[in-house]
Amino acid sequence: MPRFLPCRASALSACALALSAALFLPSSPARADDPVTIVIKEHKFEPAEVKVPANKRVTLLVDNQDATSEEFESGELKVEKIVGGRKQIKVMIGPLAPGRYPFFGEFHEATAQGAVIAE
Amino acid sequence: MLASLIIVFREVLEAGLIVGIVLAATKGVAGRGRWVALGILGGIIGSCIVAAFADGISSLFADTGQELFNAGVLLVAVVMLAWHNAWMAQHGRELARDMRAVGQAVSSGEKSLAALAIVIGVAVLREGSEVVLFLTGILASEEGGIATVAAGGLGGMALGALVSVLLYAGLLQIPTRYLFQTTTWLLTLLAAGMAATAVNFLAQAGILMAGGQILWDTSGVLRDNSLVGQALHIMVGYTDRPTEAQLIAYVAVVAGILLLTRWAARGNPPSNGPRMVNAAE
Repeated sequence: MPRFLPCRASALSACALALSAALFLPSSPARADDPVTIVIKEHKFEPAEVKVPANKRVTLLVDNQDATSEEFESGELKVEKIVGGRKQIKVMIGPLAPGRYPFFGEFHEATAQGAVIAE
Repeated sequence: MLASLIIVFREVLEAGLIVGIVLAATKGVAGRGRWVALGILGGIIGSCIVAAFADGISSLFADTGQELFNAGVLLVAVVMLAWHNAWMAQHGRELARDMRAVGQAVSSGEKSLAALAIVIGVAVLREGSEVVLFLTGILASEEGGIATVAAGGLGGMALGALVSVLLYAGLLQIPTRYLFQTTTWLLTLLAAGMAATAVNFLAQAGILMAGGQILWDTSGVLRDNSLVGQALHIMVGYTDRPTEAQLIAYVAVVAGILLLTRWAARGNPPSNGPRMVNAAE
């Protein structure tokens, strides 16, 4: 895995962080940031728009309160993850340039639409 | 009903395209139909098992089980594709000679068929488990859900099969002397794209923290989730917003497979690297 990382001199600390995250993943401090919560209810996102800081790794917590599964997906955010019925998942996104990044629930695309605003 | 058919089709598309490429890459090898069918069948059975334990898998490894599973099976497919290409570089010439000697079908390619069956099985498994979860959701929540599930499931699969056939027929238009060169490249880029997708799952899980910077954005020209964008995404790893880590993984896999096939073709005189199956004409 280390050879996939862009280990330039200026990024050495980031690489070290990534390595330690890979090795000690459950206890990694990098994952402990306060997640931004998005609730799924009746195949809709609540809130439909969430604000996150730009240029930073951010964790989204998706809380599915419906009984059926949903697939939380966004090409813009580069995420794709199944959320079981009455389950929660976390996905890590970013660093994002300022802007609007739509996401959707693939299993109920007609109603499950939302966006992350990075600023 | 149409919505469910489209969703199933989009999930099945990946496996459909891969089956088409594999069929073209194994043209003339005996028993390939059996191996391809085995890969698809294994993938479907695996899909149901994965879907049944989806919540359990998801909660493994501090809730990164889903990403690690996806990245893991993708990397297995990458290794199998690399191995297949190396094997072809080493044995392509004998294969071509046998084909000429016994007319069409030869059995000497069976070993590499097993690797490609695994690649197909993995593709079906990854997308198939999502189809199963989606369809069971409809069964549970809708009146008369069975009709929707049947139409979506069977119709989507039929469309996926149609894609396989069309891609296969299209690839066969390529003259035999260039066909295997083309499929070798397609399998290499398929592997590179899979590696880039695997890296993305690791980033999403928070395991890979570096290299998340988007390098460029071509979504104005061709979006990932358009039909053409998705097809190119599967076949050559096209993505409209690649990250640093994805590009590194992509280039590393292409370079790795090229070096491996060079090395495998060595000591298999005379040089039969890129034009290994010329004699098949």
